[in-house]
Amino acid sequence: MYSEKVMDHFNNPRNVGEIENASGVGTVGNAKCGDIMRIYLDIDDNQVIRDAKFKTFGCGAAVATSSMATELVVGKTVREALQVTNKAVMEALDGLPPVKVHCSLLAEEAIHAALWDYAEKNKIVIEGLEKPVSDISEHEEEEAEDY
Amino acid sequence: MEKVIYLDNAATTRMYPEVLEAMLPYFTEDYGNPAAFYSFSNPAQKAVHEARETIAKFIGAKNEEIYFTGGGTESDNWAMKAAAEAYRNKGKHIITSTIEHHAVLHTCQWLEKQGYEVTYVNVDEDGIVKLEELEAAIRPDTILISIMAANNEIGTIQPLREIGEIAHKHGVLFHTDAVQAFAHIPLNVDEMNIDMLSASGHKIHGPKGIGVMYIRKGVKILSFMHGGAQERRRRAGTHNVPGIVGMGKAVEIASERMGQNGREIAGLRDYLIEEVLKKIPYARLNGHKTNRLPNNANFCFRFIEGEGMLILLDQAGICASSGSACTSGSLDPSHVLLAIGLPHEIAHGSLRLSLSEETTREDIDYTVDKLAGIIERLRSMSPLYEDFVKKNS
Repeated sequence: MYSEKVMDHFNNPRNVGEIENASGVGTVGNAKCGDIMRIYLDIDDNQVIRDAKFKTFGCGAAVATSSMATELVVGKTVREALQVTNKAVMEALDGLPPVKVHCSLLAEEAIHAALWDYAEKNKIVIEGLEKPVSDISEHEEEEAEDY
Repeated sequence: MEKVIYLDNAATTRMYPEVLEAMLPYFTEDYGNPAAFYSFSNPAQKAVHEARETIAKFIGAKNEEIYFTGGGTESDNWAMKAAAEAYRNKGKHIITSTIEHHAVLHTCQWLEKQGYEVTYVNVDEDGIVKLEELEAAIRPDTILISIMAANNEIGTIQPLREIGEIAHKHGVLFHTDAVQAFAHIPLNVDEMNIDMLSASGHKIHGPKGIGVMYIRKGVKILSFMHGGAQERRRRAGTHNVPGIVGMGKAVEIASERMGQNGREIAGLRDYLIEEVLKKIPYARLNGHKTNRLPNNANFCFRFIEGEGMLILLDQAGICASSGSACTSGSLDPSHVLLAIGLPHEIAHGSLRLSLSEETTREDIDYTVDKLAGIIERLRSMSPLYEDFVKKNS
């Protein structure tokens, strides 16, 4: 059901991990629907994204879209990174099955959330960036106890 | 892929070679229509009769109480829709459970659209139907109770005898979807007070496309498939003779081997459970510890989602299934796992492994070994695991 590129990014995900003292961190999605993405960005003084890392809880497509999204934003300025839309991520992966399109939306949203965090920390305004809508903290559930 | 380790026997099974052998003559040699008059059809008639007899005997029924259908889903649809139709003058209330297979649940939803009322009785944390709640739900207009014999996901076996007793005490019909339980555990329609029972061929090493419905004599349900006079005018359509023969053969084999096979498979299943819980942290077994189908193991692994697990298991040659949203085709994880009280986040990380008599100890060792690595790898990518580790360090 997945393209070769999706399978490649699922099997060999690029940029898995964390960035300590990241310039911006964004976490989107919720456990209820089964997808959570967290993206870390390291941004230099010229507003260029030097590095990006991700962690994802979700299906094959969720992992692949996070991996591709991080790959697409590295080396771009924050303004350019805004152009990395869900469509761009999907195209770069040679498409996604219709039921998995929401994963690419989540990847776009995760980038935006990380950029928003960066903008807030540095008290700057990134033109065209709106406050991300979905956030994990709104949906956080009680942890199960019987483990 | 070199070797396939098939651990999805709750989805379907490999047909026994003896079953295939028994079926073959009825495709090309004794292909006569059992409903025909001439003697050329006698072998086909005889074969259908013998299969019916084998199956009837197996569940303590009479021959004329066994009806052949196109499968388990058809049997469930027939039982519920036809009983609703036949008894609507008495009432329009049906009772079922929250963990039924979709063949029952979606039929109930359809019946609700037709003006019937359905009560969905809850289950406890092991997946056992709450009997007091079931009895309390019975009303003067209740016509049918439909509770599955054993659950397809978590394997929990229901107290059928007690459920049947409650139903009969209140004069209500009792149907059981026994698709997973039939020929895996002993079932007796009289001892268990069952009025209607659905079963399927391909879950018991028989062919696909054949099912059975047991209808107790005296139950008034009518035809659901209209046409010829087959099956005592209750299920029209030319008999699927090879399928019927195959199902009969599979039941014949089960009646000889079920007890011993069940013990052996359950032994291996217990070893699997023990190994998984020992070697994989933050894992839990879903379903009742002992009161479960011999071949079923169902786990949840925290911090990961099921689809990734299935893809990686597939790459290791292991066939399994999951109750995650991605595999259920909706945004919600399995309704069964939610019904036993698991939070969404944990239900997404479920894995069902269902064994057969062909499963070996080596298969289990290989699977647990691969699984442990897969889960570790997915957790290393998981933000939920990252948060958990930070919180507890």
